[in-house]
Amino acid sequence: MNALGSFIATPWGSVLAIAGMTLVTFLCRIAGVAVMSRVRITPRIERGLRALPGSIILATILPTVIDNGWPAMVALAAAVTAMVVTRIDVIGLAAGLGTLAVIRAFG
Amino acid sequence: MPPALRPHFSYAGLRHGARAALPAFPGFIMFALAFGTAAAQKGLSLGETLGLSAFVYAGASQMVGLEIWQQVWTPTTILTIVTVTAVVNARMILLSATLQPWLKHEPLPRTALNLFLLTEAGWLIGTRYHNEGGRDVGVLLGCALILWLVWLVATFAGFFAGALVPEPRRFGLDLVMPVFFGVMLVPLWKGLKPALPWLAAGLVSLAVHALLPGYLFIIAGALAGVIVGMLIE
Repeated sequence: MNALGSFIATPWGSVLAIAGMTLVTFLCRIAGVAVMSRVRITPRIERGLRALPGSIILATILPTVIDNGWPAMVALAAAVTAMVVTRIDVIGLAAGLGTLAVIRAFG
Repeated sequence: MPPALRPHFSYAGLRHGARAALPAFPGFIMFALAFGTAAAQKGLSLGETLGLSAFVYAGASQMVGLEIWQQVWTPTTILTIVTVTAVVNARMILLSATLQPWLKHEPLPRTALNLFLLTEAGWLIGTRYHNEGGRDVGVLLGCALILWLVWLVATFAGFFAGALVPEPRRFGLDLVMPVFFGVMLVPLWKGLKPALPWLAAGLVSLAVHALLPGYLFIIAGALAGVIVGMLIE
């Protein structure tokens, strides 16, 4: 085994793994700002980016909620309804989690 | 909506951001508890566990990282875990892109810190504040700092006391992140037409989730939403 290989096989390997994971994650985190500061933001690009927050949310939650069946869908509907009515995020969250807990307690 | 202010930074904003982060706490606590518990079961040291939470600080990639964690590393296994991490976290490129107009006049070190602490939840809270006309970068940073702290403390607690946490399913806590995300969708609603890209994002993510393993469905859906958003006049 060469010098690098035997160094990596020590506990320093974990340090190196965490450092590598940290570096690529940080590169992802700064890449968007770095790229956008070099391109001219046209109205078209702006429209695309404006669609991103809602798109990320649906892309993240839809598969999870459907995998968890109707209790998850009802809980999500309760959370959204409470948020629409009150506009207070903590209340929306509590309504969703409370609904889910009640369904599971009786399910 | 009040007229848009110029981007600025204030310490009052830090406090405001820390308070605005509150609804994200339950999700962060549950996820980090689960990560700390899983890391301890997998045999990671406390230093490795906290190191992942403090520096990588991206839940999905930390969980996936545990699955391919090694007791004895080789150059190949390190390259694998770094590549997998990059794939899982590639969606952050998109989040970061939307922040550029808000951060462009900020000093570089503060932007580096802000982006180092970038998470979906913090970004959503910041985006909501920005959509409502707010331009204080302190809010984004305050939110990010408190969430990072919550993440670390809950990782620590999970590492030592994971077995003591009552069954999270009973209180609906396994779905706390999706429910929080759903709540954050409401203030983003601006009518049917601006929501068409969201529909595309949802459909594409469902299709990708059904066909491919892992977390690719998130970035696939997000990209579909951005593309449809660019195409709709």
